[in-house]
Amino acid sequence: MNQPCFHCHLPVPDGQDFPIRYRQRTEQACCAGCQAVAQTIIDSGLGDYYQHRTDSQQKAEALPAELLQQISLYDSDKLQQSFVRHEDGAVREATLMLEGITCAACVWLNEQHVRQLPGVLSVDINYSSHRARVRWDNSRLQLSQILHAIAEIGYRAHPYDSARQEAVQQRERKQALNRLWVAGLSMMQVMMYAVPIYMAPEGDIEAQWLWILHWASFVLTLPVMVYSAVPFYRATWRDLKTRRVGMDTPVTIGILTAFFASLWALLNKVEHGVYFDSVSMFIFLLLGGRYLESMARRKTGEATERLVKLVPAFVHQLDSWPHSHETREVAAANVVAGAQLLVKPGETVPCDGLILDGHSSVDEALLTGESTPIRKTVGDMVIAGSVNQASPLVLEVTQTGNDTRLAGIVRLLDQAMAEKPQLAKLADRFAAWFVALLLLAAAGTYLGWSLLDGPQHALWITVAVLVVSCPCALSLATPAALTAATGHLAQIGVLTTRGHALETLAKITDVVFDKTGTLTYGRMQLLATQEAAHAEPTAAIVLAAALEQSSEHPIARALSAAAPDVALPTVTALHNQPGRGVEGSIAGQRWRLGQPDFVGELSGTDATATIPTAAMHATATLVALGDSRGVKAWFAFGDQLRDSATALLGRLQAQGLHVHLLSGDAELAVATLAAELGIAHYRAGATPEDKLAYVSQLQQGGARVLMLGDGVNDAPVLARADVSLAMGGGTDVARASGDMVLMGDDIAQLSKALTLARRTMRIIRQNLLWAAVYNLVALPLAITGHITPWLASLGMAASSLLVVSNALRLVKRSQ
Amino acid sequence: MESLYLLIPLSILLVFVIGVLFWWSTRSGQFDDLEGPAHRILMDDDSPPGEDDAR
Repeated sequence: MNQPCFHCHLPVPDGQDFPIRYRQRTEQACCAGCQAVAQTIIDSGLGDYYQHRTDSQQKAEALPAELLQQISLYDSDKLQQSFVRHEDGAVREATLMLEGITCAACVWLNEQHVRQLPGVLSVDINYSSHRARVRWDNSRLQLSQILHAIAEIGYRAHPYDSARQEAVQQRERKQALNRLWVAGLSMMQVMMYAVPIYMAPEGDIEAQWLWILHWASFVLTLPVMVYSAVPFYRATWRDLKTRRVGMDTPVTIGILTAFFASLWALLNKVEHGVYFDSVSMFIFLLLGGRYLESMARRKTGEATERLVKLVPAFVHQLDSWPHSHETREVAAANVVAGAQLLVKPGETVPCDGLILDGHSSVDEALLTGESTPIRKTVGDMVIAGSVNQASPLVLEVTQTGNDTRLAGIVRLLDQAMAEKPQLAKLADRFAAWFVALLLLAAAGTYLGWSLLDGPQHALWITVAVLVVSCPCALSLATPAALTAATGHLAQIGVLTTRGHALETLAKITDVVFDKTGTLTYGRMQLLATQEAAHAEPTAAIVLAAALEQSSEHPIARALSAAAPDVALPTVTALHNQPGRGVEGSIAGQRWRLGQPDFVGELSGTDATATIPTAAMHATATLVALGDSRGVKAWFAFGDQLRDSATALLGRLQAQGLHVHLLSGDAELAVATLAAELGIAHYRAGATPEDKLAYVSQLQQGGARVLMLGDGVNDAPVLARADVSLAMGGGTDVARASGDMVLMGDDIAQLSKALTLARRTMRIIRQNLLWAAVYNLVALPLAITGHITPWLASLGMAASSLLVVSNALRLVKRSQ
Repeated sequence: MESLYLLIPLSILLVFVIGVLFWWSTRSGQFDDLEGPAHRILMDDDSPPGEDDAR
């Protein structure tokens, strides 16, 4: 077993020597990148990091030249405009998103390292959001130097340019917290005044002290009414303007009536009419519930945001091609049609364009869903958003920005979002009825008592009715349950980004899957190997991996993933024939890896005749390995089904859900998969428009659709479906249009999420039912005039507590 | 009992003072990061010099 790398804990390959001196010991690193990073950390006097960290860092790679060039572009004022704030003089402030933070020691390390730079005024990293706020003196230090310093210790920092929106959110959050403090403090102190009055026998407290206590309660309830309760007034006003009744309407009516009636009682010295303690407690409990709900939503929102990088992308522009191959880094937004760009293997094509030079295979799976890379050569068009797989391409830009195919899909997405069907929220429907009934009951009480007993007594009983009926339990019923369930879901890796997702998830009838990247892994993997008869000292897989070791082709990556931690033999005279295969010498023997006829040429035999049929998959790509003696081995490559997919589909179908498969892939591949999984409804070769039409048709037939997808081509349909789940490893556009995001890409969590959503709805219903039962008991008592202020407060607190503890059953219990 | 004339207004005043304290602490960002400081306290910035430099 190899010793683990001192920095990243991956095994150190044999024969490598990258020593690091740490505290009088020599440790080994796995590569030059890790060595450089560890050395920088230790040299800055931050070696403590290695003691405190609880998780290993990602493998560090040596800083590529383009990264340094891109970093230096950030110094331009034009680029900085969107994310840097200028203070007086040369002082500037920016928010950076840090990538690679795994534990608290990472935060400490970054803070210390950046703080050591001369010219940095302050640096402050938020542990939960992974954002750093840096202030620096621009006359002494450039932003690029800060970014470079962070890159040096193995992390990546991206400017976070939605900082303005962040500032608004932060102000709102702070205001919500302040309102909660005010209500809480006031509630506690008003209770202190109220308890002696409740405890003492009638007439035991002299009138003058009694009224001083009531006046003190009034003074403390006043800030709650004019400051803390403002969100309820605003929401009610909004509802009234649109002629609706929402959850906040009974709240506003309740607190306003109770407060003004109490004030009237205070001025006219009516002893049983003071309800200030109920008012402040009521507002505190409601604000507390909402604050917790918004915290839970913010946490999942931040986690999703971390995935969606808002980085200005860069392209390599060729200024004087074909005379020179010199490239210059340019921001993608500034590229114009007609410009010539270089797209390296592994990079995403930034604009639609025409290939001027080079041939390569291009993966358009994100756009079309077609999982097999497409071969492109001089004169072919490439689409923005596709990934260059094999070798460098020179393009002439034909379309940029809004004219590209990618932008077209994004427009389709906006349209689909607007057409999304919305279910009326359960609590809102309930509230409308409840408020109407309550107001009727209150009005009836007032009328009845004024006829029987005169208006004087009627007012107090009406106030008691409004207070005891307590929309509190009703208002807490939904948010408390949703908060608990959202937290639980986040722990199992499902982030809920839109409020309606859980309610809708519980009601779905149809589940629509995308194929590539959702049901399958979305990348080439070695499916099967078949070796020919003649024996060889080295395993075929090792030979193949050695031949492909310097290539970026998807097949090369699949091979190196299939043969990890193996010392590869040296290859000489390596030669790549694009589109056919590779050739090289290993230990004096010439080997070829690639298409059967290309490999067959070496031995002069017709290799296609010996293709094994039984073991190989129908949809797989077949690659041969051979030398002058003939074919040595066959490899089948293809996209593999996720481990948990079969079990998940079985469970979904057992629950009576209809399962559909939509894919941009060819008929054969999709049909094979559908048959394997037992999916009756599938469609192959579907464009984004086809998928949208398919789902709309299902919805018109009365189905409620859950869509799972990962690609840009899935984004419009993710937005259109009643509720959607985007894969965390998918594209930014897909994640942004999903109602939920699946972290870790483990689709088995879907059935857990479904169960939890149904349980949540059950608990919300129980809560609403309890609120109804409580009111059925309390209202007649209040209407007949048997409720005193302390009974009203007690009833309210008890019913709120019950609702919250019921909701807490949804919280995940730690094992 | 006459002390209540002083004590009750005093208690109101106290609540307002505490309220202002909370307002100030929210404003100055004390509640922005509720997890980080718990970890940060464990990191020593002042480990004895020479331990890392003994190379």
